[in-house]
Amino acid sequence: MDFYLGLLQIIGVHTLLGLSAYCVLLTGQVSLAQAGFFAIGAYVAGMLTVLAAWPLILALVVSAIAGGAMACAVGFPALRVKGLMLVVATVAFGEAVRLFFFNFDYQVARGDIRIGPHGGEGFRQIRYFPEHGWTTLDVALFIWTAVALVMAALWWMDRSRSGAVLRAVGEDEIAAQSSGINITAVKVTAMTIGGVIAGLGGGIFAHYTTHIEHVQFGVVLATFAIAYPILGGLSNVFGTLLAVIFIQGFLLEGLRFLGDWRNLLFGGLIVLAMNLRPRGLLDAGSTIALKRLFFKTKE
Amino acid sequence: MLNLSGLTKHFGGVRAVDGIDLAIAKGEILGLIGPNGSGKSTIVNLICGLFPMTAGRVIFRDVDISDLPPHARVDRGIARTFQNIRLFGQLTVWQNLWVAQNSGEQRHKERFLTRWFGGARRARDEIDRMLEFFNLAHKRDELAANLAFGEQRRLEFARALAAKPSLLLLDEPAAGMNAEEIDQLDDRIRMLRQDGITIMLIEHHVELVMSVADRIAVLNFGQKIAEGTPAKVQADPAVREAYLGTAAA
Repeated sequence: MDFYLGLLQIIGVHTLLGLSAYCVLLTGQVSLAQAGFFAIGAYVAGMLTVLAAWPLILALVVSAIAGGAMACAVGFPALRVKGLMLVVATVAFGEAVRLFFFNFDYQVARGDIRIGPHGGEGFRQIRYFPEHGWTTLDVALFIWTAVALVMAALWWMDRSRSGAVLRAVGEDEIAAQSSGINITAVKVTAMTIGGVIAGLGGGIFAHYTTHIEHVQFGVVLATFAIAYPILGGLSNVFGTLLAVIFIQGFLLEGLRFLGDWRNLLFGGLIVLAMNLRPRGLLDAGSTIALKRLFFKTKE
Repeated sequence: MLNLSGLTKHFGGVRAVDGIDLAIAKGEILGLIGPNGSGKSTIVNLICGLFPMTAGRVIFRDVDISDLPPHARVDRGIARTFQNIRLFGQLTVWQNLWVAQNSGEQRHKERFLTRWFGGARRARDEIDRMLEFFNLAHKRDELAANLAFGEQRRLEFARALAAKPSLLLLDEPAAGMNAEEIDQLDDRIRMLRQDGITIMLIEHHVELVMSVADRIAVLNFGQKIAEGTPAKVQADPAVREAYLGTAAA
């Protein structure tokens, strides 16, 4: 049972990570900086609960703000470039964040042990959940409450005019500008929202793993972040969720019995999925088909 | 209303637009014609601010807008269509107008709360009226990418109007249209003029321009070679030479 709850936790946190990239992708920007914002959220939230003994919720709010503030600051210079140049710039940012935490040492003596981030060894003993008597189920429910709230907010945004504006910028920047849209403001806003979600996800991640270190926040995580919404499709937020379940639940865990073959299949199945569904697992067509299945449409 | 003075744009060594002076009066329809590559679309792009000009000034309603970014110019009341249609293909027809409905000038007039309550409904009604005017109401929820060519042209026209411009720049709106569609376009342009919208019409379809334009300016190699009423321009030997390539005089 705990295995499945643990898997649910992983899926929940990775969904947040994927949704943070989803926001940015809507405006047509490919950002590999999301793992960096995720790392910042993780360290900020961990330090607040462990070193400053803050309540978890408050620490998560601050970690989300920290992720968003960093994304906003990075967004202004980074979004002046597009396409491959933006990918390179954001990878560089992500690596800079990772290397910062590799060298980040801020330990405080608590009795006869020292706690806090300790450079390459990472930040151990983020034990808010066990210390406050949360069971694995409690943690899983907490994570999924956060996921549900973020998904609801993004769903609502998607259907509002702001969502249409984000997509318009992603479709054609010149047409968007010529329709009176300030594309810099839109792109930086999307980046900031993405940073907030990544920061929140990172904060949660730090607490359920209890141990974070720089290697967890490398390019691989950034690639996963961007892979979820691309694989899931950009027609709505559920595509990202579906892709996380597909990759984390099915490809990584479900195929474990295959041993070493799993790694080979992993890449192959993603390529296959993207070829069979070029607009994502959940594209506009299948969304309409699903709606027809569940709601009788008035013709 | 719009004054271009010494407008110049060089792409490397190519003088796409070379010292154009042009003025459009309020409520006027100005036709801009010229052979391919004579700089017509470049002028539109410079008026909209899509790229920086090499020299010159763009004055709109007595304000120098030469250094404003494109979206700020839309806010001041300049909207356009594109020669090669640029719609938001994965948005619905309705959303295409919704996005453009920044209603630049109007937005600043309305107070926040009135916009929040009741404003949305008015905005929606307005879009529906616009779709009606352009005969697109039945395609409301269709993706823009799935429209037929003529419908896409109409939608783009509608999107430009959704921004509530006082100056509308139409970049070859009749390209690829059949005779009936061109007639409808002709009617719509006249109706917009009655609503007080100033129009700059760039067009290859000479009949359409001659029919609706009050005044015509002719470009060749980035320079203005003639300007005046349709009749006068038609009789101008320099224009004949530019189009037919022979020394008519």
